[in-house]
Amino acid sequence: MQLVAENLTLERGGRTIANAISFTLGRGTALMLTGPNGSGKSTLLRALAGYLRPASGSVRLSGGSAAGADGESGEVAEVCHFVGHLDGIKTHLTAAENLGFWATYLAGPEDAGKSVAERVEVALEQFALEPLADIPAGYLSAGQKRRLALARLAVARRTLWILDEPTVSLDTASARVLTDAINAHLKSGGMAVIATHLPMDVAPVQAIQLGRVEVAA
Amino acid sequence: MSAFLALLKRDLKLAVRQGGALGTALGFYMMVVTLLPLGLGADLNLLSRIAPGVLWIALLLAALLSLGRVFSSDYEDGSLDVLATGAMPMELVVTAKALAHWISTGIPLALMAPILGLLLNLEIGAYPLLLATMLVGTPAISFIGAVGAALTLRAYRGGLLIALLVLPLYVPTLIFGMAAINGLLGASGTESAFLILAAISLASVVLCPLAAAAALRLQMQ
Repeated sequence: MQLVAENLTLERGGRTIANAISFTLGRGTALMLTGPNGSGKSTLLRALAGYLRPASGSVRLSGGSAAGADGESGEVAEVCHFVGHLDGIKTHLTAAENLGFWATYLAGPEDAGKSVAERVEVALEQFALEPLADIPAGYLSAGQKRRLALARLAVARRTLWILDEPTVSLDTASARVLTDAINAHLKSGGMAVIATHLPMDVAPVQAIQLGRVEVAA
Repeated sequence: MSAFLALLKRDLKLAVRQGGALGTALGFYMMVVTLLPLGLGADLNLLSRIAPGVLWIALLLAALLSLGRVFSSDYEDGSLDVLATGAMPMELVVTAKALAHWISTGIPLALMAPILGLLLNLEIGAYPLLLATMLVGTPAISFIGAVGAALTLRAYRGGLLIALLVLPLYVPTLIFGMAAINGLLGASGTESAFLILAAISLASVVLCPLAAAAALRLQMQ
């Protein structure tokens, strides 16, 4: 499976944010997006996930897709994990309940062998959230919430991870856990698109540097 | 299917844990109905004549109070983005959330109506019919309301806008709900009004998720 973007041009409020971006991302590789604030990293990620309709160009999955090969951008959404700036956490549910819901909701055919409880336990352990499992998520600190959001990556197997500045508010040890998780994901044939300001020790990697946006004439 | 049930269960659990929405709706319902006799005076004949209409209109307003939160809480904390990456189409996400709204708000409001009917000297004979029309009519309120909630997702003070958008769309529900209770159309008229009310509810359950999902996709851009 490959993630292919062709001549992707994105607009926000009438401004062109990203112009003619093309790339092909194969299995086992990560794509790093860097660039100054406002250069369109998040916008590009939202377009890849299919939330934002590109002004021109296309995003598609090609080859060996489980869901079929007609390559609509909506299809990308069904194989991807999206972790954006917002954590997607319900403050009235405990950490384990939050993860349990996503484990059921996002489960695909590859998760059929394992029960929801098993997957939640593995994810909690991986991101060192076990002691916090039964605490309402509203009481977690920003970094702990971030880890809980990232633990979503581990509760359901999905090929493409779309991460928007995933290391924000993480401590060094947690950032290390995340980097290891991404590397393991790549090794097992996954793909990742990561927007970041900090260098992350992820390999093999492709990079796209987005420039500052000029106001379109 | 398990994703649908998981979402429904989560929303119901949140409705119970957060508590505020249902309490506000029920409290508001009770307040409006209680204030009315105080304003109109103790004319029991008048009260019992207008009771069904008052109960229906107050129920619509009470349900509106909680509609704004149907999607906005998920939008604000980023859950909506993740919900959109599920294998389930957005239409079913909307259906699950509107259904949760009906179960957590519509049904309790409908069940409370007969109790409030006591305050308005509603004829005892009208109770079963009142409860039946409300249980059958409230799904339309939740599902039509979901369209309004989706459309006003990013609007400042969306709650007020929802009322303007959605209340006119409640008119058919209100008319046929009232027609069924009042028996203005005779005995056979009651039955047909009731059936039309059921049809309105079923149609909104099918059609409104399509509209609301389209609105949500637009809002998430």
